[in-house]
Amino acid sequence: MHEMGIAMQIVEIAAASIPSDLTGSRIEIVNLKIGKLSAIVADSLRFCFEVATRDTPLEGSRLHITEVPVRAHCNACRNEWSIEAPDFTCPACRSGDIRLLSGRELDIESIELSEEES
Amino acid sequence: MFQNGFKVFRAHHHKTDHHGGPSVDVPRKTHAGSGREVKVVRRVLEANDMMAAAIRKRFAENRVFVLNLMSSPGSGKTTLLEKSLKLLMAEFRCAVIVGDICTSADADRLAVSGAPVVQINTDEFGGDCHLAAHVIEKALEELNLENVDLLIVENIGNLVCPAEFDIGEDRRVVILSVTEGEDKPIKYPLMFRECHAALLNKIDLLPHLDYDVKLAEDNILRVHPGMPVFKTSARTGEGLEPWLEWVRSHAREKLK
Repeated sequence: MHEMGIAMQIVEIAAASIPSDLTGSRIEIVNLKIGKLSAIVADSLRFCFEVATRDTPLEGSRLHITEVPVRAHCNACRNEWSIEAPDFTCPACRSGDIRLLSGRELDIESIELSEEES
Repeated sequence: MFQNGFKVFRAHHHKTDHHGGPSVDVPRKTHAGSGREVKVVRRVLEANDMMAAAIRKRFAENRVFVLNLMSSPGSGKTTLLEKSLKLLMAEFRCAVIVGDICTSADADRLAVSGAPVVQINTDEFGGDCHLAAHVIEKALEELNLENVDLLIVENIGNLVCPAEFDIGEDRRVVILSVTEGEDKPIKYPLMFRECHAALLNKIDLLPHLDYDVKLAEDNILRVHPGMPVFKTSARTGEGLEPWLEWVRSHAREKLK
């Protein structure tokens, strides 16, 4: 539901990330990492991204989204596993004393630029 | 803001760590781009996170304990807050920031308590479905933090988006009412993971409902083992005391 705000942030960060010696280049792809626990709907984000990129250096670029699994560490038995269902107890020892290692990401990893000058 | 060390290199590697459902991308055979990849590695919400950190610092300097109350629409959040305020004001100088997409109906109800209330209507900020840090910062212009011990933020009714945005609070609380279905915690796991306590509200209605309180509580604890769950009725006042004691003890801890 808040994908438009997210899309606008992505555009801002990506546009600011074009190195100064490559300012004539066009961004073709924005590589994004989204944790599976994030409250982001990928299709909705793509739609908003298309709207948010209009009249910006990112117009026509696309989002490449890598989904990051929810990984957890059990502080009691040191087990590490991927959480697939919404159950955050350790499958090995049933402890609830866990730490999430990944799954909350919402990060711009990189941008890919075209070489031709625009 | 952030200064990045840019590293430009030819991108010939392909990520293979995909766990994609239908809506995420499958590994690419080739880059559609003609070759220059620039590392960015920045959090999309870094601007919000930085502002939240600055606000948190202000709260610490002014010794203000801040609660972020979240729930779906119609869970009884405002009524619960009305009742809670009345009882908390005996010990703390309270203030409230209340977020809605539009109308000031909630602020009007809460102002009866005598506590300063700031209404935020996010339609001025694009109709956002959550309160973000910059909105809280704006609301703080209306409050003198020197005269506040306990600030309660009533977030926008929504179990999805508010969980994603840090607003500089000390504790996050989710309110679920017994008219909403026992499976909400497992449908909205992020909200229940991010919160420090949950309230199961409207328990006065239980005699009229086929609601399995134990199942709802089990679902909350599956998503967030060990989280305190308070069963309350804002209408009758039943069960409010353990919840208020939880608030008081955390507030005292910060204010001492």
